[in-house]
Amino acid sequence: MLQTIIPLSRLPNGAAGRVASLSARGLIRRHLLDLGLVTGARVEAIRRSPAGDPAAFNIKGALIALRNEDADRILIAID
Amino acid sequence: MESTSQLFGLNPLPDQLVVALAGNPNTGKSTVFNALTGLNQHTGNWPGKTVLRAEGSFMHRDKKILLVDLPGTYSLLATSADEQTARDFICLGRPQATVVVADATCLERNLNLALQVMEISSRVVVCVNLMDEARRRGIRVDVEALSSELGAPCIATAARDGLGLDKLKDAILDMAAGITDTSPRQVSYEPHVEQAAAQLEARIRPFLPGWANCRWVALRLLEGDSGIIRAICSSLDDDSEKVFLKEGAAAWAR
Ligand SMILES: Nc1nc2c(ncn2[C@@H]2O[C@H](COP(=O)(O)OP(=O)(O)O)[C@@H](O)[C@H]2O)c(=O)[nH]1
Ligand SMILES: [Mg+2]
Repeated sequence: MLQTIIPLSRLPNGAAGRVASLSARGLIRRHLLDLGLVTGARVEAIRRSPAGDPAAFNIKGALIALRNEDADRILIAID
Repeated sequence: MESTSQLFGLNPLPDQLVVALAGNPNTGKSTVFNALTGLNQHTGNWPGKTVLRAEGSFMHRDKKILLVDLPGTYSLLATSADEQTARDFICLGRPQATVVVADATCLERNLNLALQVMEISSRVVVCVNLMDEARRRGIRVDVEALSSELGAPCIATAARDGLGLDKLKDAILDMAAGITDTSPRQVSYEPHVEQAAAQLEARIRPFLPGWANCRWVALRLLEGDSGIIRAICSSLDDDSEKVFLKEGAAAWAR
């Protein structure tokens, strides 16, 4: 099966996928991992602020707001 | 080493046990705090920070406990002021016990913080809260099994309804008073990281007298986490600080 990979920042509201990889390094990577964004974790885009940034995602049962700058570094495989 | 009260502006009574309350945001930490301390609480800021602090006291089985509410965080390792505050207090404030409030409906994400706290302190009680909500969603949590997996007592509560709080108080007191035997489960890293951490740990141990968690400090040095390194140095005398930093830099270079 062919999977589409997109940055999390481009996941439309209501759509879901799984974390394929993180391109962030260092403390930002650590921060994203601690938010539950480990490889294979399911993420659903819930809503966006009026300006589109930040956006809120459901990650392992918590609603987490991410800036586009960070969401850009999370690659999502859409199922 | 400065005392807890000097570093953090806390003033526990001589016979009061200091207990920290940690947890992810929205797990019912404030609800637990209020249920345990009732009206005996006051709020202020952490010294030098704009982070809010609540502290409160309660008695249990004739023992006095000072409960310190830490900021809600997902981690102790990143850089936000909240995370630094929580980490510095658990690490340097050396509470006699730390309670991690976890959300029973999404335990996996909550256990990340619990394991991080257990890396710093061996005196941890996990409060598995929102059990009513979990039950409503058909989620069953086997707290006995969880306790033995984690090597730390896990207590089921529904704090909003006041359920499980007596057991929680028993577990907190037994842990803080040193009655509970624990062997908290430690995360193990890749062999080369473990090896480097063990070597560094042995070298810095002489400069951290009385520190139970030199392994954790060694891991932070390897990571090059400047925030915690600065916080630790502020509690060391000048000579120890120099050697400590030198060892850290050498390990980092390898
Ligand atoms: N169903 C249920 N709700 C709870 C429980 N404990 C706290 N809450 C609710 O969860 C929400 C967040 O609680 P709060 O104590 O502010 O969480 P904190 O962010 O961790 O301090 C509030 O609406 C509480 O009333 C519980 O055991 N069961
Ligand atoms: Mg709160």
